This record gives sequence, C-alpha cells and structure tokens, in this order.
Amino acid sequence: MAAAAARLLIRGSHQTLPISSVGTGKQSCIGNALLTLSSGCNSRLKTQRRHAAHFTFQPDPVPTQYGSTQKMNLFQSITSALDNTLASDPTAVIFGEDVAFGGVFRCTVGLRDKYGKDRVFNTPLCEQGIVGFGIGAAVAGATAIAEIQFADYIFPAFDQIVNEAAKYRYRSGNLFDCGNLTIRAPWGCVGHGSLYHSQSPEAFFAHCPGIKIVIPRGPTQAKGLLLSCIADNNPCIFFEPKILYRAAVEQVPVDAYTIPLSQAEVLQEGSDVTLVAWGTQIHVLREVANMAQEKLGVSCEVIDLRTILPWDNETVCKVSGHHSIVSIIVGHFIIGI
Amino acid sequence: MKPLMLLLFLLANFIRPFFFTCLKKSDVFKLDEAPATEVVMTRDEGLQYYRTMQTMRRMELKADQLYKQKIIRGFCHLYDGQEACAVGIEASIKPTDHLITAYRAHGYTLTRGGTVKEIMAELTGRRGGIAKGKGGSMHMYCKNFYGGNGIVGAQVPLGAGVALACKYKGSDELCVCLYGDGAANQGQIFETYNMAALWKLPVIFICENNRYGMGTSVERAAASTDYFKRGEFIPGLRVDGMDILCVREATRFAAEHCRSGKGPILMELQTYRYHGHSMSDPGVSYRTREEIQEVRSKSDPISLLKDRLLSNNMASVEELKEIDVDVRKEIEDAAQFATTDPEPPLEELCNHIFSNNPPVEVRGTNPWAKLKSVS
Repeated sequence: MAAAAARLLIRGSHQTLPISSVGTGKQSCIGNALLTLSSGCNSRLKTQRRHAAHFTFQPDPVPTQYGSTQKMNLFQSITSALDNTLASDPTAVIFGEDVAFGGVFRCTVGLRDKYGKDRVFNTPLCEQGIVGFGIGAAVAGATAIAEIQFADYIFPAFDQIVNEAAKYRYRSGNLFDCGNLTIRAPWGCVGHGSLYHSQSPEAFFAHCPGIKIVIPRGPTQAKGLLLSCIADNNPCIFFEPKILYRAAVEQVPVDAYTIPLSQAEVLQEGSDVTLVAWGTQIHVLREVANMAQEKLGVSCEVIDLRTILPWDNETVCKVSGHHSIVSIIVGHFIIGI
Repeated sequence: MKPLMLLLFLLANFIRPFFFTCLKKSDVFKLDEAPATEVVMTRDEGLQYYRTMQTMRRMELKADQLYKQKIIRGFCHLYDGQEACAVGIEASIKPTDHLITAYRAHGYTLTRGGTVKEIMAELTGRRGGIAKGKGGSMHMYCKNFYGGNGIVGAQVPLGAGVALACKYKGSDELCVCLYGDGAANQGQIFETYNMAALWKLPVIFICENNRYGMGTSVERAAASTDYFKRGEFIPGLRVDGMDILCVREATRFAAEHCRSGKGPILMELQTYRYHGHSMSDPGVSYRTREEIQEVRSKSDPISLLKDRLLSNNMASVEELKEIDVDVRKEIEDAAQFATTDPEPPLEELCNHIFSNNPPVEVRGTNPWAKLKSVS
C-alpha cells in the first residue's frame, strides 16, 4: 500500500494544479513516474497472499501542555474522553448497541458501572431509531452521545442525520438545534471486514451542510477531537479508525482537553508536493513521505485534515500554493470531495 | 380430508409411516386453526431429514475447525443447533418457492440446492465457491435463494418484493422471508408488515428466535418478546423450532395460508444456536455453559429425530451410523476441495460492479492503476 501511494508522487513537478483536478492534466509525467516505480511493485500486485497490516502506526510526541499522561490505545483514549464527559456534564448520556457491557470495541468499558445504567444504556437494533432518538434527546438539552456499531450500519440513519439533524437549526430559525448530539462509529478497513465491516462513508455526509465530520489519526488526537465534538454546538459525526483501536498506543493526557475542529494539521513540511489524508492513511503517508525523500529526493508535505466537514481549505491551500496536491482517500471515491 | 389423505399416503407408499404427536402445540395469534399436531413421517422422509441435518451439523463444525486454522477468514456465523428450522421449512415448500434470510445462511444454502463443496469453497474464498469466491460466509446464493444478507433486517423488504413479483406473475409461488430476534426491532420490518398485509402478499415471515441478538438476550432488547404477535394485523404462529416435524407442519400450514390468497403470515421459530453469534464470539459471556449444555442434551434437533427413528423402529443404529460415516466423508472431501481449489484470479476482482456491455475501467488503489470490470 505504501508502495502504491509512492507511485502517486510526481517527480520534480513544480506546477500548480487546482485541487479539484488531481489526476487530470499532468498524467504523462505521472505515468512516467508510475512506470519507473511500478516495475518493482508488480510482484506485490500479482501475489495473492494476504500481508499483515500495510502500515506502521507512528505515534505523536507526548503532549506536555495538558497535564499528566498515561499510556493508552485508541479505544482507551475514547473511554477516557467519555469518562471526562460523563463526570463533568450531568446531562451526558451514552447509548447504542451493546455499549453497556463495554461495546464491541471496548470503548465504553466501565462507564455503566461508574455512572449508572440511566446514563449508559443499550438500545435495540435500530440505527434509524438510535439517531432519531439521539436528535430528540439533544434537542431537549441532553448531551447525547450515540454509538453506531459500525459505520457500515449508519445508512438507515442517513435520513435522520441529513434531513433531521443537519437542518434542525436552519429550519427552526435558530429556535431549536441538536448541537448536543455526537454520533460515534468505528470506521475504515481492517483487513477482514469485507463489505459490511470496512466502509468509510464520510464522503456521503461530506456534502451536507449542518453537520461536522471528524476523523482522528491516533489516541491523543482522538480524545481531544472527540471532546471538541461533544462540546461543539453542531451535530458531529466522529469516525474512529477501527484498525487503530489496539494498534495505536500513545501517551494521552488523563484530563480533558480539546483540539480545535476545522483545523488541519501540517505534520511534516515539504516543498515539492502536498499529501492530504485523514485517519489511518496518515501513517501510510508518513512512510511514503520518508520513502519519497530517500528514494526519489522529493520533499513531501503531509497534512492531516482531521475535520472533513467543514474542512480547513485555508491551511491546505496556503501551504500548497506552490505545488500540486495529492489527496489520498480511503473510502468510496468516484467524484472527489 | 385428512383421513383420506392418510389412506392415500399409506396406499402409495407401502412403507411404515408413523403417526407422531408434536411435542409442543403451536401458539396462534389471530388464527382460528393451528398446524396439525398429529402428523405422518415416512421412513424415507425421516432418513432424508436426518441426513440433511447431520450434513448441516458436520459442515458447520468443519467450518469452525477451518476458521480456527485461519483457512476461513473474515466473518463466519454458524448455524449448528438450528438445523431443524432450515430442513423443516424446506420440507414444506417447493423448489419453485423463494427464500431469503440474513447472514446465518449456510444451512439454507444447503437446503435450497447448494452442495457442501460449493459452500465450503465459498467460505474459503475459492473460485469453486457458490458465489465464485467473492461473497464469503454471509453472501451465498443459489436459484430461488436470495441470500445471504449482511445488514440486519434489510432482507425483509426484499422478501416482500419477491412475494409481490410472485403474486404479480400469477404463479402460486410464495416467498419465505427469515430474520432473527435482533432484527425484529428494526423499523423496516414493520414497514414490510404493513405493505405485505395491505397488498396481501404471499410471504411467510419467519422469525428465528434463538434468544440472543448477538450478545443481547431478547428480554433486554424487546418490549414484547412475543415475536409472532408483532405483526399485529398479520396472523402469527409460535413454533418449537427444535422439532423438525413441528417446523414442517407449521410451514405447511403457513404455505397453505399464503397460497389460498389470505395474505402474509408470521411464524416464530423458537430455536437455539450452540456457537456464539460469530466465530469471534465465544458465546459464553452472555449465557451460561450450563444453558448451552441443557439445550444440547434435551432439545438437540438431530437427537430428537434420531430418538424418534430408533424408538419407532423406523431405522436401525447401524443405518444411522452409516449415514454418519457417509456424511463425514462428504464433508472431508468438500473441505479438501475448499482448501486446494485456487482463489479467483485477480482479473475478476472488479467484475460485475455494474452491468455493462463494453468492459468498464475501474480505479484501483490509485488513479493510474486501472482495473477492468467485465459484466
């Protein structure tokens, strides 16, 4: 996968490409780069053996500004964020399928025992009902944190999210809103998930004004971004890369802290090409950037978008003013965002 | 009518048919009659049910073994314990009838016409699989069997649609539409009940209630655990799903109901699965081992049938043992095929996304890696 991404690099191209036309225009030089690189990669394409995880998780440096830290993996950092929320906000409730015993990915372990069964409770198997119920609870003033068991199952709730949640504030002339709603869902490919446990549906929601979509790359980011989503006055969808639940381990602050939404983060500065991604792909891109530097002498800028909607086009465009942008998308892609 | 049919039956067969009283009378809802409790099963039928159920059981246990050896990967939802449902239903519907179920589909694939070889090869993702190796455990299909569906509850409106087509075509076919106790709480089920009743569609809704929706017991998920009454304006039956004859008779009753134009009917089969929800669920964190053991010893569908056959001298121990040996061999051969058959070729990766005349180019992992989709 890293090799495949490396093939995207444009050798020494210093021309500006408008963001919307990645893949058009300069294909001949892209094609050449592809040919020179691809010969070594054919064996990888032809083999049908399944390799181990195609990326190496690259932990963030330990944050020092938020107090003491503890070693946590992604699901533990989510639990920590939810723990902080339930402790500080008496109106906060967590609900979804199987959250009471801790959830299928252990994101809510211990919370029911600590905060009571009226604050952490199971719903029956009904996604449309879960989100609709969440919207109602949020409108009435509760901080509603709904869990959809896998992002693949979010589609029965698509109408509720797009038609009800996103448009509530607008259609009521700001009289009502469901800003207290946060929807969490495990997201993205995991190797054995196949059709219905691997989807990355952020593109479907990305064209819907009124909601925010956030995808973290690791535990420290996840906790800060989730707490921001919960605090934010707009309905937010928080996708958690399921392949990172155990694989991503970092030193995460124990207390609550927030990371601003709609701010992309430049992880690595570079001068030749900008690579933009979110979630698991960030770790692939970091490897790619290193490979590109070593093998091709190309200096890559790596940007983590973090918030997909509304996205930080200022940061992305500003730093990339001089060079072309390559956006690596994990999910459904036929027409870009 | 019944005595005449029995007489004809006896005359036609000259075999030792046997009268059986079902162990449990079915509960009814908004029905004046109930399925028969005195039924006939011939020796041939008995042996055939035994063979099919045993094949199903051994196939699932083999799949368990292969999964633990990592030869089967991904998701695998096993059906052992519920064999009486699949075999009993198939015994009372015709091959021209239609059936659709959710992801616990291996048993139905077998009863609807799939071979053990095809099923196991599909589990291991090989080209000899029933879905050409591209579907896996949850996505198996064959003629008049619409799968094999991953999203919970999504298959129910589909089943009603199939029934509509049957009615529209004027054939006396019906559609058996299965779902579980967890899916019974999905909104689309109720939408489907309404449409089916409104248009009097020939659909038999069957709720396979195995007491647990993944890890949640029915009491904790449902405001009403009388799943056979959930159709409200649709008549319902609650049937012992561990007794194949009960299932067979109830399905026969339901099929008659549909074919006579009375519209949909709902059946709840009370059954049990020995394995967890899927292979990644040990199945003992939300229920006790004692409970599983109790069901195995008292209500195992294969044991119940075996006892009936033996105690009524319809078959001998040796005969049944012979069937067991036969079945074991069939499974071994199928497993051998499933592990040695090659995987589908890479060229087939993107086929059949659309239906298109000229082949379409599909984007691979990057915009310059083009794959071809032929359909």
